Amino acid sequence: MAKRVSASNVTAYYGGFKAIENINLTVEPKTVTALIGPSGCGKSTFLRSINRMHEVLPGARVEGSLTIDDQDIYDRDVDVTAVRRTIGMVFQRPNPFPTMSIFENVVAGLKLNGVRKKSILEDAAEKALRSANLWDEVKDRLGKPGAGLSGGQQQRLCIARTIAVEPQVVLMDEPCSALDPISTLAIEDLMFQLKDKFTIIIVTHNMQQAARVSDRTAFFSIEKTGDPGRLIEYDNTQKIFSNPSMKKTEDYITGRFG
Amino acid sequence: MTTTVTSHRTRPPAQPDSLRAKRLPWYAAPAIAVAALALSAVIVYGTGVGGLVLVVVLGAILYLVGLFAAANAVEGRRSARNRTWSALIHSAFVLAVLPLVSVVWTLVSKGAERFDANFFQTSMNNIGARDANGGAYHAIVGTLEQVGIATVITVPLGVLCAIYIVEYGRGKFAFAIRFFVDVMTGIPSIVSGLFVLAFWVLVVSPWFNDGRPSFSGFAAALALSVLMLPTIVRSTEEMLRLVPAPLREGAYALGVPKWKTILRVVVPTALPGIVTGVMLAIARAAGETAPVLLVAGGGAAINTNPFENNQSSLSLFVYQQAGDASKYAPARAWTAALTLVALVLILTIAAKLLARRNRLSR
Repeated sequence: MAKRVSASNVTAYYGGFKAIENINLTVEPKTVTALIGPSGCGKSTFLRSINRMHEVLPGARVEGSLTIDDQDIYDRDVDVTAVRRTIGMVFQRPNPFPTMSIFENVVAGLKLNGVRKKSILEDAAEKALRSANLWDEVKDRLGKPGAGLSGGQQQRLCIARTIAVEPQVVLMDEPCSALDPISTLAIEDLMFQLKDKFTIIIVTHNMQQAARVSDRTAFFSIEKTGDPGRLIEYDNTQKIFSNPSMKKTEDYITGRFG
Repeated sequence: MTTTVTSHRTRPPAQPDSLRAKRLPWYAAPAIAVAALALSAVIVYGTGVGGLVLVVVLGAILYLVGLFAAANAVEGRRSARNRTWSALIHSAFVLAVLPLVSVVWTLVSKGAERFDANFFQTSMNNIGARDANGGAYHAIVGTLEQVGIATVITVPLGVLCAIYIVEYGRGKFAFAIRFFVDVMTGIPSIVSGLFVLAFWVLVVSPWFNDGRPSFSGFAAALALSVLMLPTIVRSTEEMLRLVPAPLREGAYALGVPKWKTILRVVVPTALPGIVTGVMLAIARAAGETAPVLLVAGGGAAINTNPFENNQSSLSLFVYQQAGDASKYAPARAWTAALTLVALVLILTIAAKLLARRNRLSR
């Protein structure tokens, strides 16, 4: 299921503004990779360009090549919706669909892509909710609105929704920044379990979190405001947090900068 | 150091010593109101310059002054201002509701006289000036058909147009559409009636009618559509813009195509607001008289076919009956007006219930 993601010379723009420049990085299957760095350094932009969500914004575009198991997702004949089905995404703020129940939220990806059979949907919903560690909390109220859950539950609902379509890569854009420590812990535990099946790439501002959950860590930075973000260092998490090879990385993780 | 200490001492304390403050007793405000009204009655009737209305107006002013003075004396200046402004805001609310209550009361009290079975079962066909019977069946049929057809035309068109503007429109073309929708909002109803008269009744309808121009309920529906369309586009547009972008992105991230995201996520989320906008447009259209008079021509007989011959509508019926010489006509006009308001009210409530059914119960 899990696939290898590799970026070569990825450069992304917002209109005339170059947000990231020449990012080269390869993410191995069934690992958790953390993207860290100061605000505005382009981690989220890079993440969003992996499943072609970057181009949703008007004027935004991506150059370079991004491949999923040797298939370039920016090829002209690639179907964007197929890319996004293969590479799921969890957002910073939980965004369950307000008009749908918990059940409908979880199976939204399947249902809106044409799966009609009730038994399939029910099985998929239970499986996804169990994987997201949410099943026991919501199994008695699947018909209630998803917006009625707590913030942490909503975020796990969004994760369930994402993994219900069985993607191969899951992108997480600061998934815990709006959550309390207990919900954060629940989601970090979840990431440990999910990496058996998926390739996970997570953007986080919380360096302890990066150190706890990830196998590999990529450090992004900018020279100054207005400059494009660059990849400074990419290595095993252990190495980045104990003995980084770049001075800049060390300054950042020790809190001297950024 | 010393300078800071002295400056602290010269300044008044930032915090009051106690959190408690004197309060007027609960009966103070009603008591002041009664006293103000009594005083104002004495003044008005004593001098003999006015009636009940002046008593209430003067009483309200005296109440505000009295309340301010009493609160100022007991509770202090801030509290006095608070009480006076609260009273002013409440009276503004009462002033705003007063005309509404008055309209509803007038309609109900004057419309009740002919609110009978005969009114809803008969038309004005062969009803002479001395006949107390006669009803608005033909007008109700006309209103329902004309507004119904106009709704069927404008709702898909308007909602799709708004979806284009919000979700797809880029650059000059979308800007031009928005601009012309704005311009259309300001079109007087008589102009839209004239447009349909010149275009549909005089030019198009002879093709279907052996070369002679023909009034029809459908022409009225077209004129009402011209009026409803901009209202629906603008309100739907506002509602679609309120749908948060993360919801759209959430759907895109699941691999849902854009059109399906709009259809299954964006529009359902905005639905209650869209329904409200549509109901406003319907209410406006149902109340229009001029276009119906111009292109449907009115009529006394029941005509259930909206595509041929004259049709009336409730608002046109009100206009005609209110100007009729018969002594029985005004009662019919009031009842028709009451019927029209009730119809719009029922439609609005029904639509809101339908829209809410779509939302989930908490």
